[in-house]
Amino acid sequence: MTKLYTFLKYFFISFWTVFVVAPFLWAVSTSFKDFQSVNSKVTYIPWLDFEPTLEGWRVLIKSPAKGGVDIVEPYFNSIFVTCTASLISIVLGTLAAYALSRFTFKAGFVRNNDITFFFISQRIMPPIVLSIPFFIFLSTIGLLDSLLGLVVVYIVLLMPIAVWIMVDFFNRVPKELDETALIDGCNPYQAFYKVVLPNSIPGLIVAGMFCIIFGWIDFFFAFILTFTEVQLLPVKVVALNSSITPWWSLSASALVSVAPLIIVAFVVERYLSKGNLSGALK
Amino acid sequence: MNFKHKFVFLFPGLFVLIGILIFPIIFTIRLSLSGWNSYTPEMNFIGITNYIRLFTDDPRFWESFFRLSFLSVTTVILQYIIGFALAMMVWRDIKFKRFFRVIFLIPMMTTPVIMTVIWRTFFHESLGPVNDLLGGLGVKPILWLSDPVIAKFTVIIVEVWQWTPFMFLLLLAGLLSLPKEPFLAAAIDGASPFRKFVYVTFPLMAPISIGAIIIRLIEASKIMDTVFVLTSGGPGTATETSSFYIYIKGLREFQMGYAATLSFTYLVIMIISLTIIAKVLTKLMIKE
Repeated sequence: MTKLYTFLKYFFISFWTVFVVAPFLWAVSTSFKDFQSVNSKVTYIPWLDFEPTLEGWRVLIKSPAKGGVDIVEPYFNSIFVTCTASLISIVLGTLAAYALSRFTFKAGFVRNNDITFFFISQRIMPPIVLSIPFFIFLSTIGLLDSLLGLVVVYIVLLMPIAVWIMVDFFNRVPKELDETALIDGCNPYQAFYKVVLPNSIPGLIVAGMFCIIFGWIDFFFAFILTFTEVQLLPVKVVALNSSITPWWSLSASALVSVAPLIIVAFVVERYLSKGNLSGALK
Repeated sequence: MNFKHKFVFLFPGLFVLIGILIFPIIFTIRLSLSGWNSYTPEMNFIGITNYIRLFTDDPRFWESFFRLSFLSVTTVILQYIIGFALAMMVWRDIKFKRFFRVIFLIPMMTTPVIMTVIWRTFFHESLGPVNDLLGGLGVKPILWLSDPVIAKFTVIIVEVWQWTPFMFLLLLAGLLSLPKEPFLAAAIDGASPFRKFVYVTFPLMAPISIGAIIIRLIEASKIMDTVFVLTSGGPGTATETSSFYIYIKGLREFQMGYAATLSFTYLVIMIISLTIIAKVLTKLMIKE
Protein backbone atom coordinates (compact mmCIF):
# COMPACT_ATOMS: atom_id res chain seq x y z
CA MET A 1 0.00 0.00 0.00
CA THR A 2 2.67 2.47 1.03
CA LYS A 3 4.82 1.35 -1.91
CA LEU A 4 1.98 1.86 -4.35
CA TYR A 5 1.35 5.29 -2.90
CA THR A 6 5.02 6.27 -3.21
CA PHE A 7 5.10 5.00 -6.77
CA LEU A 8 1.98 6.93 -7.71
CA LYS A 9 3.32 10.03 -6.02
CA TYR A 10 6.58 10.04 -7.95
CA PHE A 11 4.77 9.10 -11.13
CA PHE A 12 2.45 12.07 -10.76
CA ILE A 13 5.24 14.46 -9.84
CA SER A 14 7.32 13.36 -12.83
CA PHE A 15 4.34 13.60 -15.13
CA TRP A 16 3.54 17.12 -13.97
CA THR A 17 7.19 18.19 -14.22
CA VAL A 18 7.32 17.01 -17.83
CA PHE A 19 4.03 18.80 -18.56
CA VAL A 20 5.33 22.04 -17.06
CA VAL A 21 8.67 21.91 -18.83
CA ALA A 22 7.52 20.61 -22.23
CA PRO A 23 6.47 23.93 -23.83
CA PHE A 24 9.73 25.53 -22.72
CA LEU A 25 11.83 22.74 -24.23
CA TRP A 26 9.83 22.99 -27.42
CA ALA A 27 10.35 26.76 -27.51
CA VAL A 28 14.09 26.44 -26.92
CA SER A 29 14.38 23.89 -29.69
CA THR A 30 12.20 25.92 -32.07
CA SER A 31 14.16 29.10 -31.48
CA PHE A 32 17.20 27.56 -33.22
CA LYS A 33 15.31 26.39 -36.27
CA ASP A 34 14.94 27.95 -39.69
CA PHE A 35 12.11 27.91 -42.20
CA GLN A 36 13.11 24.54 -43.59
CA SER A 37 13.25 22.69 -40.27
CA VAL A 38 9.95 24.12 -39.07
CA ASN A 39 7.89 23.54 -42.17
CA SER A 40 9.13 20.26 -43.62
CA LYS A 41 8.40 17.94 -40.71
CA VAL A 42 8.37 18.08 -36.92
CA THR A 43 11.93 18.21 -35.59
CA TYR A 44 13.16 18.14 -32.01
CA ILE A 45 16.86 17.80 -31.34
CA PRO A 46 19.40 20.21 -32.85
CA TRP A 47 22.19 18.70 -34.97
CA LEU A 48 20.43 15.33 -34.91
CA ASP A 49 17.11 16.42 -36.43
CA PHE A 50 18.03 19.77 -37.90
CA GLU A 51 20.94 22.16 -38.34
CA PRO A 52 20.60 24.85 -35.63
CA THR A 53 20.87 28.52 -36.57
CA LEU A 54 21.00 31.66 -34.46
CA GLU A 55 18.79 33.63 -36.85
CA GLY A 56 15.75 33.61 -34.51
CA TRP A 57 17.82 35.21 -31.77
CA ARG A 58 19.71 37.61 -33.99
CA VAL A 59 16.49 39.12 -35.31
CA LEU A 60 15.57 40.27 -31.78
CA ILE A 61 18.27 42.90 -31.56
CA LYS A 62 18.23 44.02 -35.20
CA SER A 63 16.53 47.32 -35.97
CA PRO A 64 13.13 47.00 -37.71
CA ALA A 65 14.56 48.77 -40.75
CA LYS A 66 16.77 45.73 -41.40
CA GLY A 67 13.92 43.29 -40.94
CA GLY A 68 14.44 42.78 -37.21
CA VAL A 69 11.79 42.90 -34.49
CA ASP A 70 13.69 45.05 -31.98
CA ILE A 71 12.24 43.98 -28.65
CA VAL A 72 14.70 46.04 -26.61
CA GLU A 73 12.53 49.13 -26.37
CA PRO A 74 9.30 47.22 -25.54
CA TYR A 75 11.32 45.37 -22.94
CA PHE A 76 12.28 48.55 -21.14
CA ASN A 77 8.76 49.94 -21.55
CA SER A 78 7.37 46.83 -19.88
CA ILE A 79 9.87 47.04 -17.04
CA PHE A 80 9.13 50.73 -16.52
CA VAL A 81 5.34 50.39 -16.53
CA THR A 82 5.33 47.29 -14.33
CA CYS A 83 7.74 48.67 -11.74
CA THR A 84 6.22 52.15 -11.52
CA ALA A 85 2.67 50.86 -11.21
CA SER A 86 3.73 48.20 -8.69
CA LEU A 87 5.56 50.75 -6.58
CA ILE A 88 2.62 53.17 -6.47
CA SER A 89 0.18 50.34 -5.80
CA ILE A 90 2.31 48.96 -2.98
CA VAL A 91 2.70 52.33 -1.27
CA LEU A 92 -0.99 53.27 -1.49
CA GLY A 93 -2.17 49.71 -0.93
CA THR A 94 -0.01 49.21 2.15
CA LEU A 95 -1.24 52.43 3.74
CA ALA A 96 -4.85 51.51 3.07
CA ALA A 97 -4.31 47.95 4.26
CA TYR A 98 -2.78 49.23 7.49
CA ALA A 99 -5.79 51.45 8.08
CA LEU A 100 -8.18 48.58 7.36
CA SER A 101 -6.31 46.25 9.66
CA ARG A 102 -5.86 48.58 12.64
CA PHE A 103 -8.77 51.02 12.74
CA THR A 104 -12.51 50.59 12.66
CA PHE A 105 -14.43 52.31 9.91
CA LYS A 106 -18.12 52.88 10.01
CA ALA A 107 -20.18 54.76 7.48
CA GLY A 108 -23.79 53.75 7.23
CA PHE A 109 -23.77 50.02 6.57
CA VAL A 110 -20.17 50.07 5.34
CA ARG A 111 -17.64 48.31 7.58
CA ASN A 112 -13.97 47.46 7.22
CA ASN A 113 -14.72 44.20 5.43
CA ASP A 114 -16.85 45.99 2.88
CA ILE A 115 -14.08 48.45 2.10
CA THR A 116 -11.59 45.59 1.76
CA PHE A 117 -14.06 43.82 -0.52
CA PHE A 118 -14.44 46.99 -2.56
CA PHE A 119 -10.70 47.01 -3.19
CA ILE A 120 -10.48 43.33 -4.04
CA SER A 121 -13.65 43.30 -6.14
CA GLN A 122 -11.94 45.48 -8.73
CA ARG A 123 -10.29 42.28 -9.92
CA ILE A 124 -13.70 40.95 -10.99
CA MET A 125 -13.89 43.41 -13.86
CA PRO A 126 -12.63 41.86 -17.05
CA PRO A 127 -10.13 44.09 -18.88
CA ILE A 128 -12.50 44.44 -21.81
CA VAL A 129 -15.16 46.14 -19.64
CA LEU A 130 -12.72 48.80 -18.55
CA SER A 131 -10.78 49.14 -21.75
CA ILE A 132 -13.46 50.96 -23.78
CA PRO A 133 -14.10 53.71 -21.22
CA PHE A 134 -10.38 53.91 -20.44
CA PHE A 135 -9.73 54.37 -24.13
CA ILE A 136 -12.01 57.41 -24.19
CA PHE A 137 -10.84 58.63 -20.77
CA LEU A 138 -7.17 58.49 -21.72
CA SER A 139 -7.70 60.09 -25.11
CA THR A 140 -9.59 62.95 -23.41
CA ILE A 141 -6.70 63.71 -21.07
CA GLY A 142 -4.15 63.03 -23.82
CA LEU A 143 -2.54 59.98 -22.27
CA LEU A 144 -3.54 57.44 -24.89
CA ASP A 145 -0.58 55.54 -26.29
CA SER A 146 1.73 56.73 -23.52
CA LEU A 147 3.61 55.06 -20.69
CA LEU A 148 1.97 57.25 -18.08
CA GLY A 149 -1.50 56.28 -19.26
CA LEU A 150 -0.66 52.62 -18.88
CA VAL A 151 0.72 53.20 -15.40
CA VAL A 152 -2.59 54.80 -14.37
CA VAL A 153 -4.53 51.81 -15.69
CA TYR A 154 -2.18 49.27 -14.12
CA ILE A 155 -2.66 50.83 -10.69
CA VAL A 156 -6.28 49.66 -10.88
CA LEU A 157 -5.05 46.19 -11.70
CA LEU A 158 -2.42 45.99 -9.01
CA MET A 159 -3.65 47.91 -5.98
CA PRO A 160 -6.33 45.31 -5.16
CA ILE A 161 -3.61 42.66 -4.99
CA ALA A 162 -1.46 44.78 -2.70
CA VAL A 163 -4.42 45.48 -0.40
CA TRP A 164 -5.50 41.82 -0.36
CA ILE A 165 -2.06 40.54 0.68
CA MET A 166 -1.19 43.35 3.08
CA VAL A 167 -4.48 43.36 5.03
CA ASP A 168 -3.98 39.68 5.84
CA PHE A 169 -0.37 40.29 6.64
CA PHE A 170 -1.00 43.21 9.00
CA ASN A 171 -3.71 41.20 10.73
CA ARG A 172 -0.93 38.82 11.69
CA VAL A 173 1.44 41.50 13.00
CA PRO A 174 0.64 41.79 16.72
CA LYS A 175 -1.16 44.98 17.69
CA GLU A 176 0.99 45.28 20.82
CA LEU A 177 3.83 46.31 18.52
CA ASP A 178 2.15 49.58 17.53
CA GLU A 179 0.73 50.12 20.99
CA THR A 180 4.17 49.88 22.60
CA ALA A 181 5.51 52.34 20.06
CA LEU A 182 2.68 54.76 20.82
CA ILE A 183 3.30 54.52 24.55
CA ASP A 184 6.97 55.20 23.89
CA GLY A 185 5.94 58.53 22.42
CA CYS A 186 5.75 57.90 18.70
CA ASN A 187 2.89 59.46 16.77
CA PRO A 188 0.86 57.01 14.64
CA TYR A 189 2.89 57.76 11.53
CA GLN A 190 6.18 57.14 13.26
CA ALA A 191 4.80 53.96 14.79
CA PHE A 192 3.84 52.77 11.34
CA TYR A 193 7.04 53.85 9.66
CA LYS A 194 9.57 52.92 12.30
CA VAL A 195 8.02 49.86 13.93
CA VAL A 196 5.35 48.20 11.82
CA LEU A 197 6.92 48.63 8.41
CA PRO A 198 10.32 47.09 9.26
CA ASN A 199 8.44 44.08 10.62
CA SER A 200 6.45 43.73 7.43
CA ILE A 201 9.26 43.27 4.94
CA PRO A 202 8.26 39.66 4.02
CA GLY A 203 4.68 40.74 3.36
CA LEU A 204 5.86 43.69 1.32
CA ILE A 205 8.14 41.49 -0.76
CA VAL A 206 5.36 38.99 -1.45
CA ALA A 207 2.91 41.76 -2.32
CA GLY A 208 5.56 43.36 -4.52
CA MET A 209 6.23 40.14 -6.36
CA PHE A 210 2.55 39.53 -6.97
CA CYS A 211 2.14 43.05 -8.32
CA ILE A 212 5.11 42.58 -10.61
CA ILE A 213 3.78 39.24 -11.86
CA PHE A 214 0.30 40.54 -12.59
CA GLY A 215 1.62 43.75 -14.11
CA TRP A 216 4.14 41.98 -16.31
CA ILE A 217 1.70 39.41 -17.65
CA ASP A 218 -1.05 41.82 -18.64
CA PHE A 219 -1.69 41.89 -22.33
CA PHE A 220 -5.12 43.26 -23.01
CA PHE A 221 -4.80 46.83 -21.71
CA ALA A 222 -1.50 47.28 -23.46
CA PHE A 223 -3.07 45.86 -26.60
CA ILE A 224 -6.05 48.26 -26.58
CA LEU A 225 -4.49 51.40 -25.14
CA THR A 226 -1.23 51.64 -27.07
CA PHE A 227 -0.46 51.61 -30.77
CA THR A 228 2.83 52.84 -32.15
CA GLU A 229 4.46 55.32 -29.76
CA VAL A 230 4.66 52.87 -26.92
CA GLN A 231 4.69 49.12 -27.19
CA LEU A 232 4.86 46.63 -24.39
CA LEU A 233 6.54 43.28 -24.64
CA PRO A 234 3.51 40.95 -24.80
CA VAL A 235 1.93 43.02 -27.56
CA LYS A 236 5.15 43.02 -29.53
CA VAL A 237 5.58 39.26 -29.22
CA VAL A 238 1.97 38.50 -30.12
CA ALA A 239 2.24 40.81 -33.12
CA LEU A 240 4.74 38.31 -34.53
CA ASN A 241 1.96 35.73 -34.52
CA SER A 242 0.70 36.86 -37.92
CA SER A 243 -0.32 34.85 -40.97
CA ILE A 244 3.19 33.65 -41.84
CA THR A 245 4.55 33.07 -38.38
CA PRO A 246 8.32 33.08 -37.93
CA TRP A 247 8.24 30.39 -35.25
CA TRP A 248 11.94 30.74 -34.52
CA SER A 249 11.98 34.45 -33.61
CA LEU A 250 8.61 34.01 -31.94
CA SER A 251 10.03 31.33 -29.66
CA ALA A 252 13.20 33.27 -29.00
CA SER A 253 11.32 36.44 -28.07
CA ALA A 254 8.87 34.45 -25.94
CA LEU A 255 11.73 32.91 -23.99
CA VAL A 256 13.41 36.28 -23.52
CA SER A 257 10.19 37.82 -22.23
CA VAL A 258 9.31 35.12 -19.71
CA ALA A 259 12.88 34.72 -18.44
CA PRO A 260 13.06 37.56 -15.87
CA LEU A 261 9.99 36.45 -13.97
CA ILE A 262 11.22 32.90 -13.64
CA ILE A 263 13.71 34.34 -11.16
CA VAL A 264 10.66 35.41 -9.16
CA ALA A 265 9.71 31.73 -8.85
CA PHE A 266 12.95 31.13 -6.97
CA VAL A 267 12.34 34.05 -4.64
CA VAL A 268 8.77 32.93 -3.94
CA GLU A 269 9.99 29.42 -3.18
CA ARG A 270 12.60 30.78 -0.77
CA TYR A 271 9.96 32.64 1.20
CA LEU A 272 7.68 29.64 1.07
CA SER A 273 10.35 27.33 2.50
CA LYS A 274 11.23 29.78 5.23
CA GLY A 275 7.58 29.92 6.19
CA ASN A 276 7.28 33.65 5.69
CA LEU A 277 4.72 33.38 2.97
CA SER A 278 2.04 31.56 4.90
CA GLY A 279 1.10 34.64 6.83
CA ALA A 280 1.11 36.82 3.79
CA LEU A 281 -1.09 34.67 1.59
CA LYS A 282 -3.95 33.43 3.68
CA MET B 1 -5.94 56.37 18.92
CA ASN B 2 -6.67 59.70 17.37
CA PHE B 3 -9.69 59.75 15.12
CA LYS B 4 -8.38 61.47 12.02
CA HIS B 5 -5.20 59.45 11.51
CA LYS B 6 -7.00 56.44 10.15
CA PHE B 7 -8.30 58.47 7.22
CA VAL B 8 -4.81 59.68 6.37
CA PHE B 9 -3.83 56.03 5.91
CA LEU B 10 -6.91 54.88 4.05
CA PHE B 11 -7.84 57.76 1.81
CA PRO B 12 -4.90 58.07 -0.60
CA GLY B 13 -5.37 54.54 -1.89
CA LEU B 14 -9.14 54.62 -1.78
CA PHE B 15 -9.42 57.92 -3.58
CA VAL B 16 -6.85 57.10 -6.23
CA LEU B 17 -8.76 53.90 -7.00
CA ILE B 18 -12.15 55.58 -7.00
CA GLY B 19 -10.73 58.53 -8.94
CA ILE B 20 -9.45 56.29 -11.70
CA LEU B 21 -12.56 54.10 -11.78
CA ILE B 22 -15.41 56.53 -11.33
CA PHE B 23 -15.32 57.80 -14.89
CA PRO B 24 -15.17 54.37 -16.57
CA ILE B 25 -18.05 53.04 -14.49
CA ILE B 26 -20.40 55.99 -14.93
CA PHE B 27 -19.40 56.19 -18.56
CA THR B 28 -20.18 52.51 -19.11
CA ILE B 29 -23.62 52.85 -17.53
CA ARG B 30 -24.40 55.96 -19.58
CA LEU B 31 -23.02 54.38 -22.75
CA SER B 32 -25.18 51.31 -22.21
CA LEU B 33 -28.24 53.54 -22.59
CA SER B 34 -27.05 54.91 -25.91
CA GLY B 35 -27.03 53.64 -29.44
CA TRP B 36 -23.38 54.46 -30.07
CA ASN B 37 -22.18 52.49 -33.08
CA SER B 38 -20.09 53.12 -36.16
CA TYR B 39 -23.02 54.79 -38.01
CA THR B 40 -24.05 57.08 -35.14
CA PRO B 41 -20.96 57.56 -32.99
CA GLU B 42 -22.65 59.81 -30.46
CA MET B 43 -23.99 59.67 -26.97
CA ASN B 44 -27.72 59.74 -27.76
CA PHE B 45 -30.29 58.37 -25.37
CA ILE B 46 -32.29 55.32 -26.36
CA GLY B 47 -33.42 54.18 -22.94
CA ILE B 48 -33.28 50.52 -22.17
CA THR B 49 -33.51 49.40 -25.80
CA ASN B 50 -30.11 47.72 -25.53
CA TYR B 51 -31.13 45.84 -22.43
CA ILE B 52 -34.33 44.63 -24.10
CA ARG B 53 -32.26 43.44 -27.04
CA LEU B 54 -29.87 41.62 -24.72
CA PHE B 55 -32.57 39.82 -22.76
CA THR B 56 -34.85 38.93 -25.65
CA ASP B 57 -32.75 38.73 -28.76
CA ASP B 58 -29.17 37.75 -28.11
CA PRO B 59 -28.70 34.02 -27.50
CA ARG B 60 -25.05 34.35 -28.50
CA PHE B 61 -24.23 36.33 -25.35
CA TRP B 62 -25.92 33.82 -23.09
CA GLU B 63 -24.23 30.93 -24.87
CA SER B 64 -20.89 32.64 -24.39
CA PHE B 65 -21.73 33.19 -20.76
CA PHE B 66 -22.57 29.53 -20.15
CA ARG B 67 -19.45 28.53 -22.04
CA LEU B 68 -17.45 30.82 -19.80
CA SER B 69 -19.08 29.31 -16.71
CA PHE B 70 -18.28 25.83 -17.96
CA LEU B 71 -14.67 26.71 -18.78
CA SER B 72 -13.92 28.58 -15.60
CA VAL B 73 -15.61 26.12 -13.24
CA THR B 74 -13.94 23.15 -14.94
CA THR B 75 -10.50 24.71 -14.94
CA VAL B 76 -10.78 25.87 -11.33
CA ILE B 77 -11.92 22.43 -10.13
CA LEU B 78 -9.05 20.78 -12.01
CA GLN B 79 -6.60 23.35 -10.69
CA TYR B 80 -7.84 22.83 -7.15
CA ILE B 81 -7.54 19.03 -7.29
CA ILE B 82 -4.16 19.02 -9.01
CA GLY B 83 -2.85 21.96 -6.99
CA PHE B 84 -3.90 20.34 -3.72
CA ALA B 85 -2.35 17.01 -4.76
CA LEU B 86 0.92 18.69 -5.74
CA ALA B 87 0.99 20.75 -2.56
CA MET B 88 0.41 17.62 -0.43
CA MET B 89 3.25 15.85 -2.24
CA VAL B 90 5.89 18.51 -1.70
CA TRP B 91 4.56 19.60 1.68
CA ARG B 92 6.54 17.10 3.74
CA ASP B 93 10.02 15.92 2.96
CA ILE B 94 10.64 14.33 -0.36
CA LYS B 95 13.84 14.34 -2.35
CA PHE B 96 14.50 17.56 -4.28
CA LYS B 97 11.55 19.22 -2.52
CA ARG B 98 12.67 22.75 -3.29
CA PHE B 99 13.49 21.92 -6.90
CA PHE B 100 9.97 20.60 -7.50
CA ARG B 101 8.41 23.54 -5.71
CA VAL B 102 10.18 25.95 -8.07
CA ILE B 103 9.22 23.89 -11.12
CA PHE B 104 5.58 23.80 -10.05
CA LEU B 105 5.55 27.57 -9.57
CA ILE B 106 7.09 28.58 -12.88
CA PRO B 107 4.04 28.61 -15.22
CA MET B 108 2.24 31.32 -13.26
CA MET B 109 5.24 33.61 -13.70
CA THR B 110 5.01 33.45 -17.47
CA THR B 111 2.91 35.79 -19.56
CA PRO B 112 -0.23 33.85 -20.56
CA VAL B 113 -0.54 35.44 -23.93
CA ILE B 114 3.08 34.73 -24.82
CA MET B 115 2.97 31.14 -23.59
CA THR B 116 -0.24 30.66 -25.54
CA VAL B 117 1.62 31.61 -28.70
CA ILE B 118 4.02 28.78 -27.88
CA TRP B 119 1.11 26.44 -27.11
CA ARG B 120 -0.35 27.29 -30.48
CA THR B 121 2.75 25.98 -32.20
CA PHE B 122 2.78 23.07 -29.73
CA PHE B 123 -0.72 21.99 -30.68
CA HIS B 124 -0.30 22.84 -34.36
CA GLU B 125 -2.18 20.15 -36.18
CA SER B 126 0.43 19.21 -38.76
CA LEU B 127 3.69 20.81 -37.56
CA GLY B 128 3.28 20.55 -33.80
CA PRO B 129 5.02 17.99 -31.60
CA VAL B 130 1.88 16.70 -29.86
CA ASN B 131 0.30 15.22 -32.95
CA ASP B 132 3.70 14.08 -34.16
CA LEU B 133 4.47 12.16 -30.96
CA LEU B 134 0.95 10.76 -30.78
CA GLY B 135 1.34 9.78 -34.43
CA GLY B 136 4.44 7.82 -33.39
CA LEU B 137 2.16 5.85 -31.06
CA GLY B 138 -0.25 5.25 -33.91
CA VAL B 139 -2.86 7.82 -32.91
CA LYS B 140 -4.54 9.70 -35.72
CA PRO B 141 -3.89 13.47 -35.80
CA ILE B 142 -6.16 15.22 -33.32
CA LEU B 143 -7.74 18.52 -34.38
CA TRP B 144 -6.65 20.40 -31.25
CA LEU B 145 -7.69 23.82 -32.47
CA SER B 146 -10.23 23.28 -35.21
CA ASP B 147 -12.65 20.81 -33.67
CA PRO B 148 -15.35 22.62 -31.70
CA VAL B 149 -15.31 20.14 -28.80
CA ILE B 150 -11.60 19.44 -28.61
CA ALA B 151 -10.74 23.15 -28.85
CA LYS B 152 -12.50 23.69 -25.52
CA PHE B 153 -10.31 21.05 -23.93
CA THR B 154 -7.21 22.60 -25.46
CA VAL B 155 -8.16 25.89 -23.81
CA ILE B 156 -8.70 24.02 -20.54
CA ILE B 157 -5.31 22.30 -20.80
CA VAL B 158 -3.53 25.60 -21.36
CA GLU B 159 -5.43 27.32 -18.53
CA VAL B 160 -4.68 24.45 -16.15
CA TRP B 161 -1.02 24.59 -17.07
CA GLN B 162 -0.92 28.33 -16.55
CA TRP B 163 -2.81 28.71 -13.29
CA THR B 164 -2.51 25.49 -11.30
CA PRO B 165 0.70 26.97 -9.80
CA PHE B 166 -1.31 29.81 -8.27
CA MET B 167 -3.63 27.35 -6.56
CA PHE B 168 -0.60 25.27 -5.59
CA LEU B 169 1.09 28.31 -4.06
CA LEU B 170 -1.92 29.39 -2.00
CA LEU B 171 -2.58 25.84 -0.77
CA LEU B 172 1.04 25.05 0.01
CA ALA B 173 1.42 28.31 1.94
CA GLY B 174 -1.72 27.28 3.83
CA LEU B 175 -0.44 23.76 4.53
CA LEU B 176 2.85 25.13 5.82
CA SER B 177 1.04 27.39 8.28
CA LEU B 178 -1.15 24.65 9.82
CA PRO B 179 -0.67 23.97 13.53
CA LYS B 180 1.19 20.76 14.36
CA GLU B 181 -0.94 19.52 17.29
CA PRO B 182 -3.89 17.99 15.38
CA PHE B 183 -1.48 15.91 13.30
CA LEU B 184 0.33 14.67 16.40
CA ALA B 185 -2.98 13.72 17.96
CA ALA B 186 -3.97 11.85 14.81
CA ALA B 187 -0.63 10.06 14.74
CA ILE B 188 -1.06 8.98 18.37
CA ASP B 189 -4.51 7.62 17.54
CA GLY B 190 -2.90 5.64 14.73
CA ALA B 191 -5.02 7.18 11.98
CA SER B 192 -4.29 6.00 8.43
CA PRO B 193 -3.02 8.60 5.95
CA PHE B 194 -6.38 8.58 4.24
CA ARG B 195 -8.33 9.19 7.45
CA LYS B 196 -5.79 11.82 8.48
CA PHE B 197 -6.45 13.68 5.26
CA VAL B 198 -10.24 13.44 5.53
CA TYR B 199 -10.55 14.28 9.22
CA VAL B 200 -7.58 16.54 9.90
CA THR B 201 -5.90 18.10 6.87
CA PHE B 202 -8.93 18.82 4.74
CA PRO B 203 -11.08 20.46 7.45
CA LEU B 204 -8.13 22.57 8.57
CA MET B 205 -7.56 23.65 4.99
CA ALA B 206 -11.21 24.48 4.32
CA PRO B 207 -11.04 28.27 4.87
CA ILE B 208 -7.86 28.53 2.81
CA SER B 209 -9.40 26.38 0.09
CA ILE B 210 -12.46 28.60 -0.13
CA GLY B 211 -10.31 31.70 -0.41
CA ALA B 212 -8.14 30.14 -3.08
CA ILE B 213 -11.12 28.86 -5.11
CA ILE B 214 -12.88 32.23 -5.02
CA ILE B 215 -9.75 34.11 -6.06
CA ARG B 216 -9.15 31.67 -8.89
CA LEU B 217 -12.79 31.86 -10.01
CA ILE B 218 -12.54 35.64 -10.16
CA GLU B 219 -9.39 35.43 -12.26
CA ALA B 220 -10.62 32.54 -14.40
CA SER B 221 -13.82 34.36 -15.29
CA LYS B 222 -11.70 36.91 -17.12
CA ILE B 223 -10.23 34.22 -19.38
CA MET B 224 -9.47 36.10 -22.55
CA ASP B 225 -5.80 36.14 -23.47
CA THR B 226 -5.69 32.40 -24.00
CA VAL B 227 -8.80 32.32 -26.14
CA PHE B 228 -7.70 35.41 -28.03
CA VAL B 229 -4.45 33.90 -29.23
CA LEU B 230 -5.19 30.18 -29.21
CA THR B 231 -8.47 29.99 -31.09
CA SER B 232 -9.81 33.56 -31.52
CA GLY B 233 -13.07 32.22 -30.13
CA GLY B 234 -13.25 29.66 -32.87
CA PRO B 235 -13.87 27.38 -34.54
CA GLY B 236 -17.10 29.25 -35.14
CA THR B 237 -18.05 30.40 -31.68
CA ALA B 238 -16.96 27.18 -29.95
CA THR B 239 -14.57 28.81 -27.48
CA GLU B 240 -16.04 32.31 -27.39
CA THR B 241 -16.30 33.56 -23.81
CA SER B 242 -18.22 36.60 -22.55
CA SER B 243 -15.17 38.84 -22.55
CA PHE B 244 -14.35 37.85 -26.09
CA TYR B 245 -17.91 38.42 -27.25
CA ILE B 246 -17.93 41.89 -25.66
CA TYR B 247 -14.62 42.55 -27.40
CA ILE B 248 -16.08 41.57 -30.77
CA LYS B 249 -19.20 43.70 -30.30
CA GLY B 250 -17.33 46.69 -28.92
CA LEU B 251 -14.00 46.91 -30.67
CA ARG B 252 -14.52 44.94 -33.87
CA GLU B 253 -18.11 45.85 -34.78
CA PHE B 254 -17.97 49.17 -32.88
CA GLN B 255 -21.39 48.72 -31.30
CA MET B 256 -20.06 50.58 -28.28
CA GLY B 257 -23.45 51.21 -26.69
CA TYR B 258 -24.47 47.59 -26.90
CA ALA B 259 -21.05 46.40 -25.71
CA ALA B 260 -21.44 48.63 -22.65
CA THR B 261 -24.82 47.03 -21.99
CA LEU B 262 -23.18 43.62 -22.18
CA SER B 263 -20.34 44.73 -19.89
CA PHE B 264 -22.63 46.14 -17.25
CA THR B 265 -24.96 43.14 -17.27
CA TYR B 266 -21.97 40.83 -17.12
CA LEU B 267 -20.52 42.66 -14.12
CA VAL B 268 -23.79 42.54 -12.19
CA ILE B 269 -24.19 38.81 -12.89
CA MET B 270 -20.59 38.11 -11.87
CA ILE B 271 -20.77 40.01 -8.60
CA ILE B 272 -24.04 38.31 -7.63
CA SER B 273 -22.96 34.82 -8.64
CA LEU B 274 -19.54 35.07 -6.98
CA THR B 275 -21.17 36.20 -3.75
CA ILE B 276 -23.56 33.25 -3.90
CA ILE B 277 -20.75 30.81 -4.72
CA ALA B 278 -18.71 32.12 -1.79
CA LYS B 279 -21.66 31.64 0.57
CA VAL B 280 -22.45 28.13 -0.72
CA LEU B 281 -18.82 27.00 -0.57
CA THR B 282 -18.51 28.25 2.98
CA LYS B 283 -21.62 26.27 3.96
CA LEU B 284 -20.45 23.13 2.20
CA MET B 285 -16.86 23.06 3.36
CA ILE B 286 -16.94 24.39 6.88
CA LYS B 287 -18.97 22.13 9.12
CA GLU B 288 -19.33 23.31 12.65
